[in-house]
Amino acid sequence: MSPYREGARARVSTVPILRLGDVLVTGLLGELDDSSALALAEELTARIAQDGARGVLLDISRVDIIDSFVARALMELSTMAQLLGARVIVAGMRPPVAITLVELGIELTGVETALNAEEGMASLGWRQSDALPAEPRA
Amino acid sequence: MTHPGEEAHHGGESADAGWALETSEAARSYPVRTEADLLTVRHAVRDATEELGFSLVDQTRVVTAASELVRNAYVHGGGGTLFIDPLRQARGVGIRLVVTDEGPGIEDARQAIVDGFTTGSGLGHGLGGARRLMHTFEVHSVPGKGTMVTAVRWTDR
Ligand SMILES: Nc1ncnc2c1ncn2[C@@H]1O[C@H](COP(=O)(O)OP(=O)(O)OP(=O)(O)O)[C@@H](O)[C@H]1O
Ligand SMILES: [Mg+2]
Repeated sequence: MSPYREGARARVSTVPILRLGDVLVTGLLGELDDSSALALAEELTARIAQDGARGVLLDISRVDIIDSFVARALMELSTMAQLLGARVIVAGMRPPVAITLVELGIELTGVETALNAEEGMASLGWRQSDALPAEPRA
Repeated sequence: MTHPGEEAHHGGESADAGWALETSEAARSYPVRTEADLLTVRHAVRDATEELGFSLVDQTRVVTAASELVRNAYVHGGGGTLFIDPLRQARGVGIRLVVTDEGPGIEDARQAIVDGFTTGSGLGHGLGGARRLMHTFEVHSVPGKGTMVTAVRWTDR
């Protein structure tokens, strides 16, 4: 029984996915519903393949709860990304969310995390200077 | 897992499988019929816990537990109802969540609570996790009739 399937197709994620070099950057909103979470995961997976991305940074600093449904969506996204040769880093989890996840007994197996978006980007090998145009030679 | 001093409310299952809803006058009910309702009730639980003075971590615990229970009612129970019952008693302040549905029921509630047990494609951590996030937790279920889960968390422990 999956009451979600229809909704997941009908909705389009409203969170923009930016591309910085070979990294895709996006964020989850505090208000994300189940279908939107699934839609975003699907869209990210498609974009990884399309853009040949090597990494995905998912900022969750605005997410105020993660239950088993969203946790599973994150784990599945990471697995899919891995199969496509990309790493997913989930960044900025709020402390109460982390505490609650532990008590739920969910380890987010296979999901890499970072304290915040900057550290996440750094561990994906992305530096600010990479995106700047080359200095004109004197 | 009943709080000391609290009369265990093992809901009186009457012949017509209606159960005694042990909620106070202050309880409010919210339908859980659509996916949008899942968000609405999360907000309602968040607001209630905030108003009752739960810490941010405890708010998150209760909202997450509520989210697991209403999703179960929605996914497995074909929809149901959440009762949010603020408890302001001599022994303390807390919140009682009661989630009911008239779905197929749970054949073996003991087994369903075990982490990793699922009849669907979930992680099977919903019931067991929600139990750990709350102070008291009771599942009443009659196969073919429905399910009622009652859970309480207090602010001060
Ligand atoms: N309200 C309900 N009505 C009928 N069956 C239920 C209900 N709630 C739970 N169950 C049964 O108990 C099992 C375990 O529930 P639990 O919430 O722990 O896991 P899940 O819903 O399968 O997965 P998860 O919540 O981790 O996504 C379910 O798979 C389902 O068979
Ligand atoms: Mg569940």
